[in-house]
Amino acid sequence: MADSANAPKPSSSVKLVLLGEAAVGKSSLVLRFVNNDFQENKEPTIGAAFLTQKCNLPTRTIKFEIWDTAGQERFASLAPMYYRNAQAALVVYDLTKPTSLVKAKHWVAELQRQASPGIVIALVGNKLDLTNDGAGSGAAESGDDSGDARKITTEEAKTYAEEEGLLFFETSAKTGYNVTEVFTAIANAIPETSLKSARGPGASHAAGRTEEQRVNLNGPRDPNAKEGCAC
Amino acid sequence: MVPDADAGSSGSNANDLQAPPPLPPRRMLSTERGTLQVTPAQSTPTTAVSSVDISTLSFPDGSRGTFTTSAMRAVSTPINTGSGRVSPSLGPPSGDLAESMSVMSFAPTMKPAGDLASLVAGGLNRKSRAWQLLRSQSATVQPFQTRDTGMGSGLTGFEREFDNIPDITVQGTTDDDRVALWKSKLKHYMILSSAGKPIYSRHGDLSLINSSMGVVQTIISFYEGAKDPLMGFTAGNTRFVVATEGPLYFVAISKLGESDSQLRSQLDALYMQILSTLTLPTLKNIFVHRPSTDLRKPLEGTESLLSSLADSFTKGSPSALLGALECLRLRKSQRHSINNAFLKMRNDKLLYGLIVAGGKLVSVIRPRKHSLHPSDLQLIFNMLFESGGVKAGGGENWIPLCLPAFNNRGYLYMYVSFFDGNPESNSAEPVQDRSDSEDEIAIILISADKESFYDLKEIRDKVAQQLSKNGSLTIIKAAAAGGRPKIPAIAAGAQISHFLYKSRANVQFCMSSLEPAFGGSGDDEPAKMVARRKLMSLYHQLHASMHAKHTHLKVLHCVGEDAASLAWITPIFELYCVAGPNISRQVMTQGANKIIQWAKKEEERLFIIGGGVF
Repeated sequence: MADSANAPKPSSSVKLVLLGEAAVGKSSLVLRFVNNDFQENKEPTIGAAFLTQKCNLPTRTIKFEIWDTAGQERFASLAPMYYRNAQAALVVYDLTKPTSLVKAKHWVAELQRQASPGIVIALVGNKLDLTNDGAGSGAAESGDDSGDARKITTEEAKTYAEEEGLLFFETSAKTGYNVTEVFTAIANAIPETSLKSARGPGASHAAGRTEEQRVNLNGPRDPNAKEGCAC
Repeated sequence: MVPDADAGSSGSNANDLQAPPPLPPRRMLSTERGTLQVTPAQSTPTTAVSSVDISTLSFPDGSRGTFTTSAMRAVSTPINTGSGRVSPSLGPPSGDLAESMSVMSFAPTMKPAGDLASLVAGGLNRKSRAWQLLRSQSATVQPFQTRDTGMGSGLTGFEREFDNIPDITVQGTTDDDRVALWKSKLKHYMILSSAGKPIYSRHGDLSLINSSMGVVQTIISFYEGAKDPLMGFTAGNTRFVVATEGPLYFVAISKLGESDSQLRSQLDALYMQILSTLTLPTLKNIFVHRPSTDLRKPLEGTESLLSSLADSFTKGSPSALLGALECLRLRKSQRHSINNAFLKMRNDKLLYGLIVAGGKLVSVIRPRKHSLHPSDLQLIFNMLFESGGVKAGGGENWIPLCLPAFNNRGYLYMYVSFFDGNPESNSAEPVQDRSDSEDEIAIILISADKESFYDLKEIRDKVAQQLSKNGSLTIIKAAAAGGRPKIPAIAAGAQISHFLYKSRANVQFCMSSLEPAFGGSGDDEPAKMVARRKLMSLYHQLHASMHAKHTHLKVLHCVGEDAASLAWITPIFELYCVAGPNISRQVMTQGANKIIQWAKKEEERLFIIGGGVF
């Protein structure tokens, strides 16, 4: 190992996509990871943002190409463009908002159905700072204090994550708690083999071309159509 | 105002003694001056004085001299109702004269060859020596200085206009407090569906405004039902303007004195923002299937875009007023080399390419067949520079949006990247926190292909590399940091405090620096905001007068108590300028002429003419 430290570590690109309901903190997680920064009352992402950040592992360097998508319903039809050929996905929910976990489960199901078979998915419960565990010891399960805004227990989400074979973390983008850990865990979970197959944006891009016609934003909108016939 | 002269003469005289010393009347024999200010019956002979004035001023049409002052007021400031800038009850006697003088400036424009030169050359400005002396001493008075108290400016509380109304959860605020706060706002925008569902309101949350929305919907529907759509109405000093766009009602409520057509174009911009999010077919579909749909869900996340757009109107946006864009001033050769670098790096995915620094256009490349519409660019600039959503995230952005003036039926895809200190790096480093948006340089690449992100990113990387290699990036940064041109550098010696110049052919405008006259004192942001709004209100009035229906004005010179202003329109340009209240028309027109000459000389630096075409 001593001599391998001097040699340049192998470096590979990993396409990672963030999905989840609006206002759960996807952009804030990315901002914390990429910039180690946090903004209160951040305005909603429009469309999607593309950022990169390196993650150093003992044996190799992973360069994350991060697609931070907007959570609003009207952008849902664009999501396949971002998760297609992605090697990793972060599905984020808000610990204080039960509907956001429902939405997260939908995203997990869609990824398992439509994304690359080997995709590494992490389920992330954000806004831990709003709960009593916010201080840092994520394992503690205190519960009933009046200041606790938690609506989704760790067990509930963890059990679901285990059933589906997902990585699971509870984080706070505000305090930075567990944020880097999520990305490091993903980097470690990516199999060496999949790193060789897709290197760099060009590769994933070229592959993306074949499925160009799959989504059509100009066509009739699914969400609205559903809304239309729901009652 | 004339009728009560006798009854209220003693009262108004007392007022005059307490009020700040009235401005020197614009034109009067110095011997007359004293009498006019002291005699109790000062207001009675107003008409007589005016007519004497007018006859000596050789009005071409003799009958005009007999116009009553109130009629003249109506001509010179048709939209004065809401602003209260020159309210008849407050106006000192000299105000009447000022008004009649401004009417006078209509006269030469009726001559076929009438232009500013003839205005200046004519015998209209003959003044007594004493008056010239007096005026030269007071010419340094800046616009709006005389009204420092803010009284009567109609802007009381404007510095708190953009404060949030506290949430219902905030302790110690009753509903009455919140309603009072809501009512104190000088400007409201509301959007609702024809079924009465609230969609957007600039101020106040749903619980607060729901009943108001209901009232608004009832009123509008009543007129819709009678097949006589309601366009607008006035209550007190508040103007309500209604616009109906298919299933949507837009309402602007303003105490800031804008004209109906100005408010209507603001509402239109809000509608364009909604179309830009949804496209027209989608919007129609939503309401065809379910007229009672709550549009807030499909529009989720765009409230901040609507609000930043609305606030830019409330603060007063020259760009929105003139329907034109501002460009970064660059040498022709510099802009040429930027355009060329840009054109060379493009690929066939690119529809439009723009480089923008601090909200000012630096370079545009476009296909020969298509040009960009200012209203579409206004939406893009609002998204990138006024609302924080895009630039706050750092990185590169890929945004589906509809440009309604280009095509309201489908989406285009916009790549946005802010240049940072190190443009060569392929990975977009996070943009540093900047308090000021003046020096932010963005590259905007628009494509019709939603899969073309990496193609456009490649253009961006190459362009960034090229611009930094040939020094253009440094030039852009320096030009952006240099700010807008200052008047002394444009027209040395001119007494003009500020101007807007619109090049009609290019649909672009330039303006002088707001510093120092409208920059407020130091970091006093509220004062700055109020000073700028006063200036913009004046421009709005000038613009409304010039563009009112059936007026074919070429030149308009207005003198108020607190500022003098001049508007001048030709097929080539529109010029609006503002000076202190005591500037003579002669001095003002000389300054205006200098500005025009400067703009003509600098045309290729100030404006993008054609842009890079492929």
